[in-house]
Amino acid sequence: MSDLTSLTLKGALDGLRSKAFSSVELTQAHVDAVEAARALNAFVLETPDKALEMARAADRRIASGEAGRLEGVPLGIKDLFCTEGVRSTACSNILTPFVPTYESTVTANLFRDGAVMLGKLNMDEFAMGSSNETSAFGPVVNPWRINGGNQALTPGGSSGGSASAVAADLCLGATATDTGGSIRQPAAFTGTVGIKPTYGRCSRWGIVAFASSLDQAGPIAKTVEDAAILLTSMAGHDPKDSTSLPVETPDFVPFVGKSVKGLRIGVPKEYRVDGMPAEIEALWQQGIEWLRDAGCEIVEVSLPHTKYALPAYYIVAPAEASSNLARYDGMRYGLRAEGANLTEVYENTRAQGFGEEVKRRILIGTYVLSAGYYDAYYLKAQKVRRRIADDFDEAWKTCDALLTPTAPSAAFALGERNADPIAMYLNDVFTVTTNLAGLPSISVPAGLDAQGLPLGLQVIGRALDEGTVFSVAGALEKAAGFRAKAERWW
Amino acid sequence: MAIDAATVRKVARLARIAVPEERLDPMAQELSGILQWIEQLAEVDTDGVEPMTSAVAATLPLREDVVTDGGDSSRVLSNAPRTVDGFYVVPKVVE
Repeated sequence: MSDLTSLTLKGALDGLRSKAFSSVELTQAHVDAVEAARALNAFVLETPDKALEMARAADRRIASGEAGRLEGVPLGIKDLFCTEGVRSTACSNILTPFVPTYESTVTANLFRDGAVMLGKLNMDEFAMGSSNETSAFGPVVNPWRINGGNQALTPGGSSGGSASAVAADLCLGATATDTGGSIRQPAAFTGTVGIKPTYGRCSRWGIVAFASSLDQAGPIAKTVEDAAILLTSMAGHDPKDSTSLPVETPDFVPFVGKSVKGLRIGVPKEYRVDGMPAEIEALWQQGIEWLRDAGCEIVEVSLPHTKYALPAYYIVAPAEASSNLARYDGMRYGLRAEGANLTEVYENTRAQGFGEEVKRRILIGTYVLSAGYYDAYYLKAQKVRRRIADDFDEAWKTCDALLTPTAPSAAFALGERNADPIAMYLNDVFTVTTNLAGLPSISVPAGLDAQGLPLGLQVIGRALDEGTVFSVAGALEKAAGFRAKAERWW
Repeated sequence: MAIDAATVRKVARLARIAVPEERLDPMAQELSGILQWIEQLAEVDTDGVEPMTSAVAATLPLREDVVTDGGDSSRVLSNAPRTVDGFYVVPKVVE
């Protein structure tokens, strides 16, 4: 597409400020790119009229010297965020007719700062999935293909639309959410940057709830600096979310490019799993060397409960989901199916409205919370969760940040893994630990595998220490010099 | 723990999701597979461990007990499947 869509978000902000182009020009270029890329199925709703109206307003504010920190840049919004007057479905049939009358806090923060919305992005239904295949709108396609191949690959999930849209230059950045890895794994699969901040940094208000003690919003972006710009706008205390942390949001941008000399980087020995490709192991070693060269001290650490993170997650997340999704009863909003009596209306509405993976998780969650099983499952999982968090606390005694692979594989083919739920769940083996412990973690593209697919490295930091995470990620990005883009076929 | 079709039927009723008869056995197998995988948590010694209830320690905030929103039934009802005269219309609840 045009040069305007190949800009980074930072590059676009500079161009808008220097009046090299207008927001309307920038937005129109992205609207055109979105229209031309429907084969990716990244957007479930395009809002070009709203985008251009917002762009005109941004141009007026730029002209009058009132530009916000994101003034005039077009973004994509994951369909999990409620957007006032714009259909928001969580990519579920049960919400397909839903048009919110309010704006989520995160999107309100972005619009307050002048961002333009291009439309709503595809995702796994209620953010439950790792390949985007559970979406009621069909899977997103990864812009990346293996060298010389034309098989459709997954962009990962659940924020597959966000990752695919950013990787294909359809938007300058996107909102996403992460409950077990849903920002970082898609970022790794698409050669983009994605950060899940500390639990409580971003308000969950107006984001369709999946597992409330794990859900966090964050950006997917083209560069580490772009991710820092976006997170600075998205984050902030919100009285409407009781778990939103009452802390100041620093400007994260100055942390990118800051020297990492003298930082102690922990390498957890448990983040090696059976069947992990040698290339991922090699890239991890390369990442360790890059950070050593940048002046970091490398420390081996142990996180002994790592292998129990996924099973604990698959109790906690479905339990919270079964409770959160009880609200979809067909009475006040969303789909309502017919039935002979009230119970049948509920049962038919939920049977028709929810997809198979969502039903599976609701049933697991209902089972583990049912009478007689609460202690054996939910309470046990919450105790294991404490052990996982304690592992990290122990590690912080000897290091300042951790370096791991983001995912145990590169992007895989659509349809390849959806027969076995547990095989799909294993995608999140390296990411889910930080959701359970609430820690900030970022995925940075670090190289291509032999087939030409991007691979990511993950940096994990202490609670509320996104600054160090951004510094280390910036050092990795600089050393990796990752510039590859998917060859355009769509 | 393996769960059977009868348990799936009971749990599906609790969750208010209609599951057709022919799906009960396959669903029982799928859920048993997941639950058996989860069983490995039993290996973890959690004696004396306090269950984690929030990722970052914080006390729940209190606010003044005053009305902050409301008085706008048209917005509240705007997504309802059926309404009449500013009320939700729902199936008969009491026979």
